[in-house]
Amino acid sequence: MERSGWKAFLYLIPALLFLGAFMIYPLFDVFIYSFEEGYNSASQTYFGTGFYNYSYVLHDPYFMQALKNTFILVIITVPVSTGISLLIALGLSSIPKLKELYQTVFFLPYVTNTLAVGLVFMILFKKTAYSEGLINLLINLFGGRSVDFIDCPYWAKMFVLCFYTVWIVMPFKILILTSALASVDPVYYRAARVDGTSKTRIFTKITVPLISPMIFYLVITGFIGAFKAYSDAVALFGVNLNAAGMNTIVGYVYDMLYGDSGGYPSYASAAAILLFIIVLTITCINLLVSRKHVHYS
Amino acid sequence: MKIVLKNLTKRFPNRNKKGGADVIAVNDFDFEIPDGMLVGLLGPSGCGKSTTLNLISGLEKPSEGRIFFGEDDVTDLPPENRGVGLVFQSYALYPHLNVFRNIRFPLENFRGKDRLTKEEMEKRVVEAAKLVQIDHLMERKPSELSGGQQQRVAIARALVKMPRVLLLDEPLSNLDARLRLQTREEIRRIQQETKITTVFVTHDQEEAMSISDLIVVMKDGVVHQIGKPQDVYDDPIDQFVAQFLGTPPINMFDGEVRNGQLYIGEDKVLDVPGVRDGAVAAGIRPEGFILDYEGPLVCELTRLEVMGRDVSIIFKDEAMKGEAVRAIIDAKSRVDTGSGKVSFFLKPDKVHLFEPETGERLRFGKAE
Amino acid sequence: MNTEYDLISKQARRRETVRRTVVYTLLSVWGIVVLFPFYWMVLSSIKSFASYNSEHIPRFIASDPTFENYRNAFVQVNLSRYLVNTLIYTLITTALMLVVITLSAYAFARLKFRGRDLLFTLFLALMMIPNELVIITNFVTITDMGLRNTFTGLILPSVTSVFYIYLLKENFAQVPEDLYYAAKVDGTPDLRYLWKVMIPICRPTMITIVILKVIECWNAYVWPRLITDNADYYLVSNGIQEIRENGFGRENIPAMMAAVVVISVPLVVLFLIFHKKIMEGVARGGTKG
Repeated sequence: MERSGWKAFLYLIPALLFLGAFMIYPLFDVFIYSFEEGYNSASQTYFGTGFYNYSYVLHDPYFMQALKNTFILVIITVPVSTGISLLIALGLSSIPKLKELYQTVFFLPYVTNTLAVGLVFMILFKKTAYSEGLINLLINLFGGRSVDFIDCPYWAKMFVLCFYTVWIVMPFKILILTSALASVDPVYYRAARVDGTSKTRIFTKITVPLISPMIFYLVITGFIGAFKAYSDAVALFGVNLNAAGMNTIVGYVYDMLYGDSGGYPSYASAAAILLFIIVLTITCINLLVSRKHVHYS
Repeated sequence: MKIVLKNLTKRFPNRNKKGGADVIAVNDFDFEIPDGMLVGLLGPSGCGKSTTLNLISGLEKPSEGRIFFGEDDVTDLPPENRGVGLVFQSYALYPHLNVFRNIRFPLENFRGKDRLTKEEMEKRVVEAAKLVQIDHLMERKPSELSGGQQQRVAIARALVKMPRVLLLDEPLSNLDARLRLQTREEIRRIQQETKITTVFVTHDQEEAMSISDLIVVMKDGVVHQIGKPQDVYDDPIDQFVAQFLGTPPINMFDGEVRNGQLYIGEDKVLDVPGVRDGAVAAGIRPEGFILDYEGPLVCELTRLEVMGRDVSIIFKDEAMKGEAVRAIIDAKSRVDTGSGKVSFFLKPDKVHLFEPETGERLRFGKAE
Repeated sequence: MNTEYDLISKQARRRETVRRTVVYTLLSVWGIVVLFPFYWMVLSSIKSFASYNSEHIPRFIASDPTFENYRNAFVQVNLSRYLVNTLIYTLITTALMLVVITLSAYAFARLKFRGRDLLFTLFLALMMIPNELVIITNFVTITDMGLRNTFTGLILPSVTSVFYIYLLKENFAQVPEDLYYAAKVDGTPDLRYLWKVMIPICRPTMITIVILKVIECWNAYVWPRLITDNADYYLVSNGIQEIRENGFGRENIPAMMAAVVVISVPLVVLFLIFHKKIMEGVARGGTKG
């Protein structure tokens, strides 16, 4: 059939325009920003190029704090959420009744507003003048001492953040793993049963290898997602994350760009590129590791 | 190890409509499979033969009745404690493990006193692989094997744990025609070498007839006949068995018996002493026709199919059921196609009479 | 002999019962973890300010339920404004995006032109670019264009999605090409073919995309926060943050919870109605991407 170049072009114009203006141009621009020293967004001038912005960011204690927070968050939440969701998916696929009800309930956090529900978590954990907060009362019940999870100490705040993050990311993982489990041909389980394979061995030697591509996919997207954590932290600790000591890398980028300490797109760009490099490196490592352990049919 | 099924029944709840009657997949099975035999469970799809296999393997629990392996009542045992090897229709080879590790898999499950060392496992895996002649493919993944090779791996995996009973579910259905012939010989050879009591399920009567010591013909959850393949073919117990066995299938006619003589249409074709008067369903095997001008059965010739070794005569008759009648005769006989008519004598032992309503066999004695 | 077998089968049955009980218990525990925050938000929102604060140990039922907080949520802060803003933002963004992605998915799936595969590969490569990287320049661009605190500024950067173009293109490509040729022979213009044939056939995918995009829009936080500082243009996420920082006074938690309930209800209701579709869509979108 005839080539319809001009027609195709017409169809593609809107997408090309938007992508060009809001993805491709910014992609180059962010690198330029990151190398322009002392860029002033008001006068749009700068006085040199080089690595100063990177150096500034890397020497900024707030950035280092954000980096530390983000890494802790990633290292805790990715394995924990993937592990628990695998268990839950396994449980879901083994029950004869109520499966759909459980599935629906478990998926609920996916459709909620992170900021709004974060507030609920905050009041559950928070110690106020009036009340210890429900979680603290629970701790007291088991003989523990109250902790102010929202204002101090650091580990308590980190715990709440991790807990909330896991709560938010679980629905997606449970859903994906449940459908992965459902796609495993049951004949393998029957074969294994006839051979007297124990439940644990069926799980580790058959189920996990067969759904390993999906687990791996969740780990990679989990890493990427956790590195970009921001709004859950805001929901729990408020806009001023630096003051709370709970900032994340993405939070640092936005704070540099806008807000009380904002107005420095150059620093923001440098930090964003650093984040991108970190995520890219981790993803590459993941891909290398997966070569050995993931079975692709 | 002989297998005894006593009053075995399996009901499934009806899933289509609430309050509907249960589906009876296996209805009151009562038979014995002698030790060391190769037995084919044969029937059309949905007849309950796979359910029977699953009951023997323990993957499903019977609603009623008992199953014995030798003297042991295994009815309440889970599959792993029964010592059965099961080969699935789709083979169920673990896609992420190579051939060697697939075959080794069942051995790794042994616990306690049965536990094997690595060397013992390897020795047995190699033995099993040699038995089915795939010992050169050990490093391959299942996806890199042909259907026939996958089948062999599946059999090796079932045999490696030295089961008391080997079960095969439609073992040849996923193979192409040429491989099917080859593989069924292979199954026969393996069974004879190992002497393991083997039960296989098939809907293909030719497959079952060709290699089984014993066939069990079933339909709608009911066993119709058990016996040696040739015996069942020669002496079917009812119309279903007669029609199910044999390719080309038996030709059915509406017949009538008057005074111990069988009439098809107005032709008086055969003496059938001892059969009550009245309408009958008459089945005539394709090889039961003898071409002769003077033959009493006269029909309208449709066409000839020359196959080399023999000739098929396709013809029509008003009393036939189905589209056409097929007779197979020796290629040496000359068929005169000019008149458009053919006439036959019938071989008495190739003619079977049945009650038209129930399909029950009506036996007749030898003509004097 | 038989007694030994009996023992084994009895043990197996008992183990199965125990296992099942454990599974149901654990699933229910997670169910409570998921549902409890929702219960708590509704519960707190119908307690009066006084009774909430007088409960040193919070009660699990509201002894004297009140809707006062809901009134406050709409009167004392501008919750209705936030809701309307979000609705406008969601509807316009989703509608515009549908047009843009349908046109380009159609071009990639059905029209033939030089460099199509190369261009599509480039599109796919764009999926790798994290939003965080480009948002900085977009912020500067929109600010320079003077579009802060406008719907235009809010909407423009999010009307394309490479991922949805990809999803839709894959679906379009599955429609047999013969249909297209048949339509061409009958002289059907491309747009009409797209509208009358492709879109109806690919409706499930389009609905999936709409649902995912609506959820995304309703929960949007980062971009709206950067681009709006005038409460008249806040979306619900920013609104709730605003309420938290200086809305009812920090301690009026029941009123805050009422606002949270109001914000959460639309999506939860949408979810309860379409839960099958939404979960299917997310599973499909998730595993393809």
